[in-house]
Amino acid sequence: MSYIVTTEKLNLWYGETHALKDINISIPKNSITALIGPSGCGKSTFLRTLNRMNDLIQNVSTQGKIIYNGQDIFDKNVDVNELRRNVGMVFQKPNPFPMSIYDNIAYGPRTHGITNRARLDELVEESLRGAAIWDEVKDRLKKNALGLSGGQQQRICIARALAVKPEVLLMDEPTSALDPISTSRIEELILNLKEKYTIIIVTHNMQQAVRISDNTAFFLLGELIEFGETEKVFSYPKDKRTEDYITGRFG
Amino acid sequence: MKKKRLFESAVQGIFLLLGLITVGCVLIISVYLIVSGIPAIKEIGLFDFLFGREWQSTSSNPKFGILPFILTSVYGTAGAIVIGVPIGFFTAVYLSKLAGKRIRAAIETAVNLLAGIPSVVYGLVGMLVLVPGIRSLFNIPDGASLLAAIIVLAVMILPSIIKVSVTALDSVPKEYEDASLALGATPVETYFKISVPAAKSGIAASVVLGVGRAIGEAMAVMMVAGNVANMPSIFQSVRFLTTAVASEMAYSSPGSLQRNALFSIALVLFLFIMLINAALNFFLKREKGK
Repeated sequence: MSYIVTTEKLNLWYGETHALKDINISIPKNSITALIGPSGCGKSTFLRTLNRMNDLIQNVSTQGKIIYNGQDIFDKNVDVNELRRNVGMVFQKPNPFPMSIYDNIAYGPRTHGITNRARLDELVEESLRGAAIWDEVKDRLKKNALGLSGGQQQRICIARALAVKPEVLLMDEPTSALDPISTSRIEELILNLKEKYTIIIVTHNMQQAVRISDNTAFFLLGELIEFGETEKVFSYPKDKRTEDYITGRFG
Repeated sequence: MKKKRLFESAVQGIFLLLGLITVGCVLIISVYLIVSGIPAIKEIGLFDFLFGREWQSTSSNPKFGILPFILTSVYGTAGAIVIGVPIGFFTAVYLSKLAGKRIRAAIETAVNLLAGIPSVVYGLVGMLVLVPGIRSLFNIPDGASLLAAIIVLAVMILPSIIKVSVTALDSVPKEYEDASLALGATPVETYFKISVPAAKSGIAASVVLGVGRAIGEAMAVMMVAGNVANMPSIFQSVRFLTTAVASEMAYSSPGSLQRNALFSIALVLFLFIMLINAALNFFLKREKGK
């Protein structure tokens, strides 16, 4: 199995707080990896480290390596904008830009220098189809994206992330602000996306992790407690703490 | 219990009354301006008044055309906007998005001080520094000119533009910016393509506020513009709508056509300001409605 992202002794501090402790993990390509754990365990922090979004927070310091495509992403030669283009992100709260659906999707490609109208049209359609929302919005591409429902907005955000052709998609609890029907549509979508992309998803919802992920990583207090095939982690957890968490004894 | 309720309604009544004082003032001023501004316009004729190119209020054959004042106010304000808005806008983007905490605090303190300087001080500095500077730089007989007024006004409107724009930019949801950065856009791209468009109503409001400030300013421009009723030209002495009223009010005799014409000028100025306020309300509502 080939791995797309590998971390080596990854440590992270927010000021004095040690938020990630010696994380060693290898994420297989074209798979869905779920990150679970109680609030404040470091799973979202870990996710945001993978595309260096934590750079934007003051007083954050990291140690260790994150190898993506054979290169340490903390290396001085790495262009962080290029990294983020390849490692896309979908946020917890749907956050489409306050502009038209079309412009939302075209934003990324335009930023990366694509101005050809036909090419943009093509990318917009492709991305919206990829995010399973084309049929719902194809007649109102010029309408403001904020007029859509929460579930639709989140799929617009996924389409927006797809439009720059990433390899990896990071998802930070993408369904936690959505109703059950929207949630199941997004889950279905994520399962389909796995063919082309590697997906790393933070979730608070254990059933969701079981339903969609191939591998599960359990975080607790900044440590990676257990990582393995989802089925095994949930059926035969090796660590007592994992068992306690997934059986709902804490969290 | 009853006593308490009585007290409540008494307090509410008092507050309402205090609120009505403001409304009353606006009403009284509006009515007074309209009533005292209309007779002269009638006598001179609306067209001759607004579009007359000559103002000779004290000659034996007086002329009351205020086009020079209107155009001077419009040009002066436009000039101040052309200079002040880019400076203010980029300062606001810098302060809101790029500046470190300390630099931001330092610059904001300076901006607040600038806002607090009385306009007579602007006029004084303009008179003593700017006017002689323009005279020697451009080699003209008198530096008191439209240009001097534009520069002074541009500086005077900076604080409103900066402060209102910074507030608007600060309130852009961070989620928008995060989303843009996560797509691989650089911070500067993000600020100009996402944050600024998202804050555009607030930024527009700041510009309108600047326009209002510039068009209503009297003291500073009176001191640096030379105050001659010429048709506006960049290096010439000019008179604004505000200064036209202020400079002749003291020696016009009550009831004379001259004085009444001054009221009419004030009425025109008042209408300008009303228009600007309407625009401001429009932009602020849009900003809130988001």
